[in-house]
Amino acid sequence: MNSEPRPEMAAENLIVTNPALQTDTMFVNMGPQHPSTHGVLRLGLTLSGEVITKAVPDIGYLHRGTEKLMETRTYNQCVVLTDRWDYCSAMPNNLAFCLAAEKLIGAKVPPRAEALRVVMCELNRIASHLIFLGTYGIDIGAFTPFLYAFREREMILDLYEMLCGARLTYNYIRLGGVAADIDAGWIAKCREFLEFIKPRLDEYDTLLSFNPIFLVRTKAIGLISKDSAVAWGLSGPNLRGSGVNYDVRKAEPYCGYEQYDFEVPLGRTGSCWDRYFCRVQEMRQSVRIISAALAKLPSGELLAKGIAKIPKPPPGEAYAHVEASRGDLGIYLVSDGGTAPYRLHVRAPCFVNLAVLQEILVGKKVADVIAVLGSLDIVLGEVDR
Amino acid sequence: MTQRAGKLLTATRYWPTELWANPWSLPRYRAAAAWLGGIVAGIALIGAGVGELAAWGDRLLALLGRLGLSAVVVAWLWLLVKLGCVLGVIVANGLWAVWWERKISAHMQSRLGPMYAGAFHGWAQTIFDTIKLLLKEDVTPAAADQVMHALAPVVAIAPCVMAFAPILFGSELAAAKLDVGVLYIFACAGISVIGIVMAGWASGNKYSLLGGLRAAAQMVSYELPRGFSVVPVLMFAGSLDLAVIDRAQAGYWLGFFPRWFVFYPVVGQLAFLFFLIASVAETNRTPFDIPEAESELVAGFHTEFSGMKWSLFFLTEYGYVLLSSFLLAAFFLGGGSAPLPFLDFIPSWIWMTGKAMLMMFVFLWFRWTFPRLRVDQLMDFNWKFLLPWSFANIGLAGAFVWRGLG
Repeated sequence: MNSEPRPEMAAENLIVTNPALQTDTMFVNMGPQHPSTHGVLRLGLTLSGEVITKAVPDIGYLHRGTEKLMETRTYNQCVVLTDRWDYCSAMPNNLAFCLAAEKLIGAKVPPRAEALRVVMCELNRIASHLIFLGTYGIDIGAFTPFLYAFREREMILDLYEMLCGARLTYNYIRLGGVAADIDAGWIAKCREFLEFIKPRLDEYDTLLSFNPIFLVRTKAIGLISKDSAVAWGLSGPNLRGSGVNYDVRKAEPYCGYEQYDFEVPLGRTGSCWDRYFCRVQEMRQSVRIISAALAKLPSGELLAKGIAKIPKPPPGEAYAHVEASRGDLGIYLVSDGGTAPYRLHVRAPCFVNLAVLQEILVGKKVADVIAVLGSLDIVLGEVDR
Repeated sequence: MTQRAGKLLTATRYWPTELWANPWSLPRYRAAAAWLGGIVAGIALIGAGVGELAAWGDRLLALLGRLGLSAVVVAWLWLLVKLGCVLGVIVANGLWAVWWERKISAHMQSRLGPMYAGAFHGWAQTIFDTIKLLLKEDVTPAAADQVMHALAPVVAIAPCVMAFAPILFGSELAAAKLDVGVLYIFACAGISVIGIVMAGWASGNKYSLLGGLRAAAQMVSYELPRGFSVVPVLMFAGSLDLAVIDRAQAGYWLGFFPRWFVFYPVVGQLAFLFFLIASVAETNRTPFDIPEAESELVAGFHTEFSGMKWSLFFLTEYGYVLLSSFLLAAFFLGGGSAPLPFLDFIPSWIWMTGKAMLMMFVFLWFRWTFPRLRVDQLMDFNWKFLLPWSFANIGLAGAFVWRGLG
């Protein structure tokens, strides 16, 4: 089972050029309805046999125009819409928008709210990476890890439901703070979950991460070099899988991330497996951050004082970015002094990460399309917005 | 901001975190294990009461002979009886294997699987599924080659049924006694791939086409190691007749250790593993299910099939799983012989079926544990690993036979 990259597998060497033989490439339309395109992504693949000679991602099937919709809504109403971008991890979306809006308004978030924001965002990172782990297993052909991952994710969703009543779109982080407080019962349940997930992560490693077939399918596949990763503007685990040490939580700490002791897992070669394992390791780090944050949870207010129900920030612009589950999520907000944002732009990590696909797919097999696409972990809700 | 709309979840839903750590602390688990043990023991005891099925077959044949019909009519009637039995086994296996696979996969994935149909652990689930499949509309895509599309499932399943003719369901219990039984089975099993390629080509779907071509490459390649891995067994037994292979494994070393081929040092275990791997590949199951490859090719060669046409492909797959399980039991696990001398009172067909079911469990276990290989890795594994090592194994077996150890 030789998994080394082979130069003779380069795209131009794979097209049969015998003049006596009439050969042609085949165009396969993968998606928007396909079991493994993770939503409504369409890939136009040109195949020579089973080998890809050209891959064109086609997006826009889930465009809902949230950026435009927000221009007619008050800032508090906008938070609801942010949930719908990356619906697998909605908390960081809330957070990024609120951070940008708070910069415009000039609000000072109380320490307890900041700690709660950290706890909720990290829980959401675990939930989101669990979805990735499960669906990536299915992409490679292993069905069982999916149900294990969803069993654990269910516990996080239960915790969120106890917190704010919602399981997927929370609208929990508000301008100047958070919507609801946690009590001792919630903290106990959360600790129970953290204790439960630690051995489960080791179980995933034995079941999937170090399975020889999984390794041969994902190591040395979909390699993204350091330079290439930076040049394509990747972020999140996709960037760190290539070995670039950039994490917004470390580079530009927000919400008091500088108080917490955690490591940034890095990959070595930028293969699918490196990106995968970065996420598994990030779950371990998230468990660490949540434990620390729950241990020294400050008391006090949940919301900043003096924020109007319908805020009217002074004219100006603000940019805030957070390390969302899938990468660097940035919000650029322009105010003209009215009740609604004049313009809002989302720097969506999935949208940027998806672009690298057309470079790394050429010369790969059809089966690798799924392995590479899955390892980038896109959510079409965020790509198309 | 403290006012909330709606109700909050006050306690978590179903978090038996202590139970997951140690499920045996629950009395229900111990009771279920006792039940399972009881069912297995009950089947063995009922089998002991019934006795050898081959003897019952002989009695039935004698009864037919006493009816005063001509010898030709009796021969044809007897053929029909045997055909009915084999077809019954294949169809019943389809019902049983689907239910069993669903239950096993469910319990491996901390689910329950079907629980409602038939009230007791969803035993009637596949019966209802079959009714659904029978009533389903048979869709043939407009772009499909109509004749080939209709013919493909038949071409796939017919060789599967044919291959069952010399299969031993117990010592001396086979529909046909063939001196070239092993050769015949492999020859028949090789024809099914034509049906799958036809299905892939005739569907008029690019995913189906890719799946069909993958199936052709895979199944033709894995025929070779599958055949060669059995050669040591044939050398030890000195025959291609399954009944002879079965008899060669009867008896015990030192009075208690079964003389099964899988226990022949090194060569037996290697042959067993190679045959198992090649059989999994032949039946297109995970980790070698690239012709279907749900996440890549939607459903591969049977994407455009529905209703009974689709279920014929399904029946073929499970038929081949059963065939491979019985072959594994007959070649390596001693066929109808008991693992220990004092268990000889249980008839051979119970042992044979039990061993086959054990092997079938391994097939299902593989499917729900492993990821899928890529098509070129699959070929590399076959041609660069499995085939040369099965040759080496034949050499090793030759040394055994030469030294008179076989």
